[in-house]
Amino acid sequence: MELFVQQVIAGISTGSIYACVALAVVMIYVAIGHLNFAQGEMAMFSTFIAWQLITWGVPYWVAFFLTIAISFVGGIVIERVIFKPLDNAPILSHVVMFIALLTIITSAAGFIWDFSIKTFPSPFGSAPLFGSSLISAHQAGMMAVTLLLLLALFFFFRYTRVGLALRASADNPVSARLVGIRVSWMIALGWGLATAIGAVAGMLVAPVVFLEPNMMLGILVYGFAGAVLGGLSSPGGAVLGGFLVGVIENLAGTFIPVIGGELKLTIALCIIVLVLVLKPGGLFGRATIQRV
Amino acid sequence: MTKLLEVKGLHAGYGQTKVLHGIDFSIEQGSVTTLLGANGAGKTTTLRALCGMIRRSGDVLLNGEQINRKQTEDIVRVGVAHVPDGRGTFTRQTVEENLQLGAMTRGDRAAIAQDMELVFSYFPILKERRTQQAGLLSGGEQQMLAVGRALMLRPKLMLLDEPSFGLAPMITREIFEIFRELNRKEKVSMLVVEQNAQIALELADQAYLLETGRIVFSGRADDIRDDENLRKAYLGY
Repeated sequence: MELFVQQVIAGISTGSIYACVALAVVMIYVAIGHLNFAQGEMAMFSTFIAWQLITWGVPYWVAFFLTIAISFVGGIVIERVIFKPLDNAPILSHVVMFIALLTIITSAAGFIWDFSIKTFPSPFGSAPLFGSSLISAHQAGMMAVTLLLLLALFFFFRYTRVGLALRASADNPVSARLVGIRVSWMIALGWGLATAIGAVAGMLVAPVVFLEPNMMLGILVYGFAGAVLGGLSSPGGAVLGGFLVGVIENLAGTFIPVIGGELKLTIALCIIVLVLVLKPGGLFGRATIQRV
Repeated sequence: MTKLLEVKGLHAGYGQTKVLHGIDFSIEQGSVTTLLGANGAGKTTTLRALCGMIRRSGDVLLNGEQINRKQTEDIVRVGVAHVPDGRGTFTRQTVEENLQLGAMTRGDRAAIAQDMELVFSYFPILKERRTQQAGLLSGGEQQMLAVGRALMLRPKLMLLDEPSFGLAPMITREIFEIFRELNRKEKVSMLVVEQNAQIALELADQAYLLETGRIVFSGRADDIRDDENLRKAYLGY
């Protein structure tokens, strides 16, 4: 029993990484209606920017918020320059572009900062929380930041006009233009927000997994799994999904003998497949009900 | 009477296909004008062209100001509210949010809240359903919501694309009655596109008949209603 509790708590703390990434996945899904495969790499690049700033002697929190701002602008620029011209192109063109972006960003990061592993500082420290060995201060801090982010997003979408305009653009772009919303800028804004959230995720993940150009490769799959499990359109669901994936992964790794450490990533993929087959809307995704 | 909207030599189409071959018409301030015609005559296309949703050429003047080069989003800002075919409901948003979206280009919150009450006074059912997901409303309710959303702009001109489409005759009547009231009390000028010529002619002051992208007749709505030959030839009743 003690082992079980321990594994659940450990699962929750790794889950907070996935939750954060899942939140970024949902953000882009809400804005553009599909996933961005380059999201993990964009987050990695943001993290490198933060690392560079810190290396230059910028204080952690200044670098943290500066990176968020840079990422926000960077996301908008990527949308304007690369994806705006593809506006009416079929989804496959977008997918190809995502993959191109993924490769370009990984190589660029490798070119600028090389592929060696770098340590990334944690603002919360790595000491155990309250002397308990189950969860470290950094993991607790990560959870807190994820939940804060979720809360901020909730208020943004629910109570601000821009949030409403963003939702409306995703729901019915034609109609949104007819009420005067500049839909194309809303998409750019969605990109900016998703990239900024990705940057937060990257900076929180980096102290745990170390910083290198491929650091988000596996994590993005878990993030996708969390987002799919929670329902791709629901930020709250995605965060919960992320935590659940962390717990499931940990429990399966411990208690199902065949799986162990090697097959853990498979679990994320299994979760994606199972959810899509059994409950495509995810746990909290709003199934769109429509009367015709 | 002064002209609110003047259209001269409007051409428009989809890709290679031309639909409108240079149509001219005008709408007088405070009036209801209807554009009638069979399926494929170019009625919806005319409204889309006015709002810049498709490529068009020709002159469109609102209160003497050229709007034919403006983008859709900016045409909304000069006071043209379009109730599109299919009603353009934001299905995942609530009824109240749909109405708020109609006032997206306005800044004054107090006035917006006031106008929301005004919309509710015309369509009480929307007040009952204000927290419901708009996609769950019936066809008639969604049409009311679409008109309410357009009203939230405080428009100078309202473009209504087949408001009777898919509605039971009684509901259609009810909605057209409200159009009449809105025109009289709120002084909203309207351009109504309809296949149901009978009901549109009852509401309208002016009428234009459209056939394969050209205007073949224009005149007072009463005159068309009284002209049996014209009715039989073009409107089929």
